[in-house]
Amino acid sequence: MSLLEIKNLHVKVDNHEILKGIDLKVNAGEVHSIMGPNGSGKSTLAQVLARRETYAVSAGEVSYNGRDLLAMKPEEAACEGIFMAFQYPVEIPGISNAYFLRSALNAIRKYRGLDEIDAIDFLPLFREKLKLLDMDEKLMNRSVNEGFSGGEKKRNEILQMAVLEPKLSILDETDSGLDIDALRIVAQGVDAMRNPERAIIVVTHYQRLLNYIVPDFVHVLLDGRIVRSGGPELALELEEKGYGSMEAEARHATPA
Amino acid sequence: MITATQQLESYLENFSEFEKLAAGHALPWLRNLRQDAFARFCEVGFPTTHDEDWRFTNVSAIAQTAFRLTCNRPVRLSQQELDPYRVPGVNCQLVFVNGNFARELSLLGKLPDGVKVSNLGGEISSNPEAIEPHLGRYLDIRRDAFCALNTAFGEDGAYVHIPRGTLVEEPIYLLFVSTANDAPSMSHPRNLIVAEEDSQATIVEDYVSLDGGAVFCNTVTELVAGDHTVLSHYMIEREHEEAFNISTLRIQQGRSANVVSHSVLLGGALVRNNVHPVLAGEGGECLINGLFIGNGHQHLDNYMLVEHASPRCGSRQFYNGILDGHAHGVFHGRIIVHKDAQKTDAKQTNRNLLLSDDAQIDTKPQLEIYADDVKCTHGATIGQIEGDALFYLRSRGIDEVSARKLLLFAFASECLDRMKQGPVRRHVEELINRCLFQMANSAPGASTGIRRDDTGRNWEEIG
Ligand SMILES: Nc1ncnc2c1ncn2[C@@H]1O[C@H](COP(=O)(O)OP(=O)(O)O)[C@@H](O)[C@H]1O
Ligand SMILES: [Mg+2]
Repeated sequence: MSLLEIKNLHVKVDNHEILKGIDLKVNAGEVHSIMGPNGSGKSTLAQVLARRETYAVSAGEVSYNGRDLLAMKPEEAACEGIFMAFQYPVEIPGISNAYFLRSALNAIRKYRGLDEIDAIDFLPLFREKLKLLDMDEKLMNRSVNEGFSGGEKKRNEILQMAVLEPKLSILDETDSGLDIDALRIVAQGVDAMRNPERAIIVVTHYQRLLNYIVPDFVHVLLDGRIVRSGGPELALELEEKGYGSMEAEARHATPA
Repeated sequence: MITATQQLESYLENFSEFEKLAAGHALPWLRNLRQDAFARFCEVGFPTTHDEDWRFTNVSAIAQTAFRLTCNRPVRLSQQELDPYRVPGVNCQLVFVNGNFARELSLLGKLPDGVKVSNLGGEISSNPEAIEPHLGRYLDIRRDAFCALNTAFGEDGAYVHIPRGTLVEEPIYLLFVSTANDAPSMSHPRNLIVAEEDSQATIVEDYVSLDGGAVFCNTVTELVAGDHTVLSHYMIEREHEEAFNISTLRIQQGRSANVVSHSVLLGGALVRNNVHPVLAGEGGECLINGLFIGNGHQHLDNYMLVEHASPRCGSRQFYNGILDGHAHGVFHGRIIVHKDAQKTDAKQTNRNLLLSDDAQIDTKPQLEIYADDVKCTHGATIGQIEGDALFYLRSRGIDEVSARKLLLFAFASECLDRMKQGPVRRHVEELINRCLFQMANSAPGASTGIRRDDTGRNWEEIG
C-alpha cells in the first residue's frame, strides 16, 4: 500500500477548476518533486493535502495510510503525520514561537496517546533542532513569524517539521527567496529527515534545491495536470528547456 | 415597565428615605451636595440616545426598572460565598456588599505607615474634614446624570489616602458584590482615592454579582493623583447577565503624575465604563488600557474623555474588543486639548474582533483641539479571526477550538501585556482565559463545521 495515493483529483476555487485530474502515488521512503510554473496549481495541491477547507474537491479520492484523507480535518491530518511547509508562512502576533511549537507537539502526542511534554523537557529537543537549522534561540520568544525575514520564516517551517517529525512532508516552495547558504541549511534539515518510513514531496519552481535534496521522482504540473513524470533527470531537462517546451508537448497530447 | 413619572417618584421615594439616615446626613455641605445632585438628576433624567454621549447606548432598561436601595435591609454574606471571587496573593481586600462596607469580610493586610484604607461612610462620620475638600470636587454632575445620581445616593465605598512619598507595593483590592435578593436592587458605591505628591499605589475595583436578578450598580471613583505620583487603577467587570453597571473613573492628575487605567469588561448585561482623566499639571502621562469581551446580548460601552489641560502631557488609549453572539460594543474616545495644552501628545487605538454576523461595534473618535502645537492620532480596526492564522495552527495539529482560543488570547494579550506582572494580572489573565475558552467552544465553526474562514483578511482602517 502506498503512503499517499491521489486518484483523479479535481479541485475548484470560486467555481474555477484549478486541479483537473491529478494522479499520484507516493510510497514511504520516497522523495517526490513537483515542479511547475506559477499558477499551475502546486500550492493548491499542497493545501488540499493539508486539508485547507476553502478548496472544494469536486471529484477524485485521496488515501493516506489507507485512510480517506479528504474526510480529515487539518488538525487530524497533522496528527496522522502530514506536514505542509507553507509557501507563505503566516504571522501570528501574540503567540510565541516556542509556545506554538510545544502546543503543536503536545496536540500530536496527545492524539497518539503519549504524555505531554512540559516546557523544561521540551527545551533540549528544541535546542538541538534550532542548532540543526542554525537558528537564533531568540526567535523562539518572538511571536510566530512576526517580523521574521523571508529566510527565517522558511527555516522556521523546517524547524517545525524537524520537531513534529511527520510521516509525509509537503514543502511548498521552501526554496524560493533563500540565498544559497540558507538553502543549504534548509536542505540539510530536510535531508536529515529522510528515512525509509517517511516520504517527502518537494514542490518547487526551480531545480536548484534538487541539487541538495535529490528526488526519486519528478513530476511536472502544468495547468492543473501532471503532464510528465520521470526521475531526477527530468528536473535537469526542465532547467535546460524551460516549461515552454513542455507546455507545447502537453497541448499536443491533450487537445483542449 | 414604569413611566417616566413613576420612575422619578420611585427615585424620590428612595431619596427622601435615604437622605434622612445616610452617613453624614447631618453635615450641611454633604446634605447640599446630595440635594443639588438629586435636583440635577430630576431635572435631566436618564440620558437618551439623542444625547451625543449616549448615542450608542440605550439605558431605558435601567430607567424602566424600579430599583430599590438595599441599605435599610442589609445583606449578610458568608466567607464561603465570597471564596470563589477572591484574588489569591492579595492581602488587602475590602469587600462591599450592595455598596456597603462589609468589615467582617474584609482583610486589611499590612500597609506602610500613614496609609489609610477604609470605607468612605465611616470616614465621613469620623473624619469629614479629610473628605470635604475632595468629595464631588472633580466630578461634573452636570455632564452626566449617572454621576449626579451617584452623588445623590453615594455614602459608602472605599477611602484610600496615601501620604506624600509613600510607596504602596501591595495592591489595594476592592471587591464590590451585588445581590438582588427578592427585588431589583441598586447601589451607588463612591470611592475616593487621594494620593499625595510622589506616592505610588495600585487600586483594583472588581465587580461581581451573586445569584440572579436585576441589579444596578452605579459607581463613581474620584482618583486624585498628586504631583509626581505613579498610580495604577484596574476596573474589572464580571457581573452576571442580568446586571447593569455604570462606572465613572474621574482622575485628576497633577504635575508629572503617571496614571494607568486598565478596564476589563467581561460580564454584565449593560455596561458603561467612563474613564475621565484631566491632565491638569504639566508633563503628566496617562495610559488608558482596555479590553472588552462580550457574548449573548451583552452591551459593553467604553467611553473615554481625556482632557489635556496643561502643556507637555501624553495620553494613550488602547482598547481591544472581542464580540460574539449578539453582543454590542462601543468605543467612544473623546480627547479635548485645551488652549494652553501645547505639545500635547495624544493617541487612541481601538481594535475589534467580531466573531459573529450579529455582533456589533460602534467606534467613534472625537477630537477637539484648541491648542495649535499638538500631536493627536487615532485609529480603529474591525476584523474577524484570521482564516489563515487559524488554518496555520490547525495544520500543525492544534484542534480548532484550541486554535481559536489561542488566537483570541493572543489578541487579548495585547492589553494584558500592558499590565504589570503580579497577582492582579494573573487574576485578570485567569478571568480572560475562562471567558475566551467558553467563547472558543461556542464558536460557530467549532461544533457545526460551518467555516468562517478567510473572512478576516481585510482590516478596515477607519481614521
Ligand atoms: N484562494 C484562491 N482564490 C482564487 N484563485 C486562486 C486561489 N488560490 C489559487 N488560485 C488560483 O489558482 C491557480 C493555481 O494557484 P496555485 O495553486 O497557488 O499555483 P502555484 O502554487 O503553482 O503557483 C492560480 O491561477 C491562482 O490564481
Ligand atoms: Mg505556490
